[in-house]
Amino acid sequence: MAAAVRRFFDSDLWWSFTRSPVTVVSAIVAAICILGAVFAPLIAPHNPFDLASLNLSDAFKPPSWEEDGAREYLLGTDDQGRDVLSAIMYGARVSLLVGLSATIFATLLGVTLGLLAGYVGGALDSLLMRICDIQLTFPSILVALLVDGVVRAVLPRESHDQIALFVVIFAIGISEWPKFARTVRGSTLVERNKEYVQAARVIGVKRARIMVSHVLPNVIGPVLVVATLNLGLAILSEATLSFLGVGVPPTQPSLGTLIRIGNDFLFSGEWWITIFPGLALIAMVLSVNLLGDWLRDALNPKLR
Amino acid sequence: MSNTPPLLEVQNLRVEFPTRRGTLVALDDVSFAISPGEVLGVVGESGAGKSMTGAAIIGLLEPPGRIARGKILLNGKRIDNLRYEEMRRIRGREIGAIFQDPLTTLNPLYTVGKQLAETMTTHLPIGPAEAKKRAIEWLELVGIPAAAQRIDSYPHEFSGGMRQRVVIALALCAEPKLIVADEPTTALDVSIQAQVIALLKTLAREKGTAMMLVTHDMGVIAETADRVAVMYAGRIAEIGPVREVVKHARHPYSAGLMASIPPLDRRVERLAQIDGAMPRLSAIPRGCAYNPRCPQVFAKCREDRPDLIDAGTTRAACWLYATEAARG
Amino acid sequence: MFAFIISRIMQALPVLLSVALISFAMFAYVGDPVAIMLGQDYTQAQRDALVAELGLDQPFWVQFGVFLGNAAQGEFGLSYRLSRPVADLIAERAPATLELAFTAAALALLVGVPMGVYTGLYRNSWLSRFFLTFSLIGVSLPTFLIGILLILVFAVWLGWLPSFGRGDTVALGWWSTGFLTWSGIKALVLPAITLGLFQLTLIMRLVRAEMLEVLRTDYIKFARARGLPNRAVHFGHALKNTLVPVITIVGLQLGAIIAFAIVTETVFQWPGMGLLFIQSVGAADVPIMGAYLLLISLVFVTINLIVDLLYYAVDPRLRIGRGKGGH
Repeated sequence: MAAAVRRFFDSDLWWSFTRSPVTVVSAIVAAICILGAVFAPLIAPHNPFDLASLNLSDAFKPPSWEEDGAREYLLGTDDQGRDVLSAIMYGARVSLLVGLSATIFATLLGVTLGLLAGYVGGALDSLLMRICDIQLTFPSILVALLVDGVVRAVLPRESHDQIALFVVIFAIGISEWPKFARTVRGSTLVERNKEYVQAARVIGVKRARIMVSHVLPNVIGPVLVVATLNLGLAILSEATLSFLGVGVPPTQPSLGTLIRIGNDFLFSGEWWITIFPGLALIAMVLSVNLLGDWLRDALNPKLR
Repeated sequence: MSNTPPLLEVQNLRVEFPTRRGTLVALDDVSFAISPGEVLGVVGESGAGKSMTGAAIIGLLEPPGRIARGKILLNGKRIDNLRYEEMRRIRGREIGAIFQDPLTTLNPLYTVGKQLAETMTTHLPIGPAEAKKRAIEWLELVGIPAAAQRIDSYPHEFSGGMRQRVVIALALCAEPKLIVADEPTTALDVSIQAQVIALLKTLAREKGTAMMLVTHDMGVIAETADRVAVMYAGRIAEIGPVREVVKHARHPYSAGLMASIPPLDRRVERLAQIDGAMPRLSAIPRGCAYNPRCPQVFAKCREDRPDLIDAGTTRAACWLYATEAARG
Repeated sequence: MFAFIISRIMQALPVLLSVALISFAMFAYVGDPVAIMLGQDYTQAQRDALVAELGLDQPFWVQFGVFLGNAAQGEFGLSYRLSRPVADLIAERAPATLELAFTAAALALLVGVPMGVYTGLYRNSWLSRFFLTFSLIGVSLPTFLIGILLILVFAVWLGWLPSFGRGDTVALGWWSTGFLTWSGIKALVLPAITLGLFQLTLIMRLVRAEMLEVLRTDYIKFARARGLPNRAVHFGHALKNTLVPVITIVGLQLGAIIAFAIVTETVFQWPGMGLLFIQSVGAADVPIMGAYLLLISLVFVTINLIVDLLYYAVDPRLRIGRGKGGH
């Protein structure tokens, strides 16, 4: 273990990380966002979902440094007296959960189909790639909206709120799998003709086994980069869907939902209800994107 | 040697490339002159600094490369320290350039006629109609058949050899006094190379244009050049009249280079070759840069760098030709 | 030329057909259109009659054929939510979206391309660095947040510009335009910036990257060696060569503008097709969703065709290549 840690700190990856101040700052910001989100129930100053602790007389308190601000509500309160900072931490939790799950779903789907298309080839390959082409003609947010709309229409209204979270994850995942499939198919086509794969085939290893234990480990590198860059995008997609009112249910507000709710109070002067969740979203997405950019460049010296 | 003042004079030119790992010296102490109408051949291995010398003369060194020392004079006036706009007026008008690969030197989106015309209207006091007329004349002059029809063709509609003819027309059309031709035939088919060289030679003679002909093809040099400069590791190893350098090379490196040309008049079992490789710019040895490969190396060569010294009919940068006292 | 257009249209057909199929499948299998159209109380006989009238008892492919025929005539049935013909609803709202998209696209191109050229030519100037930093933020900010921030600053704090709606419009036949009134133009400013900003930064980064690439080529070096003035080298030789790849991406981005109008229209309550679509998604109003989807894909396919034609116009190599290929 100690040796592995030492090896990491000796590696080029660590070296290029420490050489880029922007990346270090991004990593710190991302870490704060993620830790704040994950440990929200433990460290948030209030529980915004505990109805008993809500007090409507505390509604619309501005941030603590403003004239009417209260010290216990650092970033102010919303229309129902919920602490904005705590709501942001809980909201980031939902945003991160949906973003991560959607990315994992898109990765699994894309890698599986890409591997099959690349390794099996033939009609399956043509069909899958044609679907990719058509889907990539449209912006992914439109695809996500559409999938979300269709699922909504198919399912009975009553059950919708309970599974809305999964619908959003499914919709965003579906909208982003072609990128993964393309990447994996490309590298699979290269790998399948290499000698070690042919050797495995000659000694009679089963096709599924070759794909999983020989080809897969060699095509997974680029997938990690695409996945990191995709995480920021998935978080944004979720926020956009929730902002449009077709995302996560209001009982589990994400950052996008908070922004949507706060947007109604923009004109009456209570800007903090929408702006702080917005800034939190920007900090999270920007830091994840910058980390993704760095990872891509660090793993691909040729691209520089 | 003629008494006419030189058209181009390069004095102690040094070109440096600042890099992360320190400064690379790409050219060091390069001096030579070209008289009006004269053809100077420049030969050497890849990376010897031939093309770099040409780029420095036309003022288009790739950044971060820069002239660190020395002077370049055209008709006795310094041109190495001109501002961009002043140098631009000289490029094309006073010094024409021909690049190596005709497939990439022509803009694919403009017709050859347009590229010729814009070059002429930039430098000469003529209007568009006159420019078009002259463009057709130039295409005829460089041997493009049916020039009047081909004037509106795009570069990709010509073969490689034809494109290099167009490039030659472009270099000459504003009637410069000097052409810097950087490997003008290297990218062409062998069967076409001779035609293009013959064309270049004829046109240069007709127009009285001097030429700096960079190449690693000794055959081209022997046939075309009046004088030749042999470059090695960013320096001139030997310079002199072409017959002398080819037949009686003084510098061991030029001698090795000449010996490696297959003779046409007799069979040989094995071609001569020079052992080893030219050092990288970051690892040029102390003393004479050629000393690790030189068959005639002695102590002095490993200590001090030789300047060009009179060696009979040529000048060579070699301690063999220094006085006994200087050789130490 | 003509053959080229035909072949491009043939390539676009499968895309349109598959989108039509998805759209039709939504009509046919999502929800129960008969129940929705009949309301609360109906007899089995009434139901059977409507099923027969709508042709829902026909085989799938026949129904699909009828759907295609209707779609080609702009006939998409009634909206479940608003009980009005879908075609009328979309036609009413199309001018608002198209004017917004057009303004945003013009903004993105007219500002993005010059900024890209500038940052490509003078990549070390402080202004270029500023533009690049700005573009990074533009790429990372979600559209709706840009809209909210603009509203906060220019509508709420400064009170200079309206924050929602189209302002006064003038009817030109069936087209209602906001370009002809002062309040219409004022209302357009913030939504157009919101919608165009992302594309603007994208176009700028793309033009910059292409410009850097082209400036390294031999023909640019040769153009300099011929002593051409910088103006001719940069804006003639270099810019024209960057156009070829830029056209493709820009074409796709213009399509994306119409799709992203959904978000902008929601933020600014802009009465366009996007707002109609998002309200339909919320209410599972399938006919509008299907029609909008088909319309959008038609727009994408048309833009792709125009992009191909522009290619053809800009790059002479394609003309020859296609000519030879056609023999």
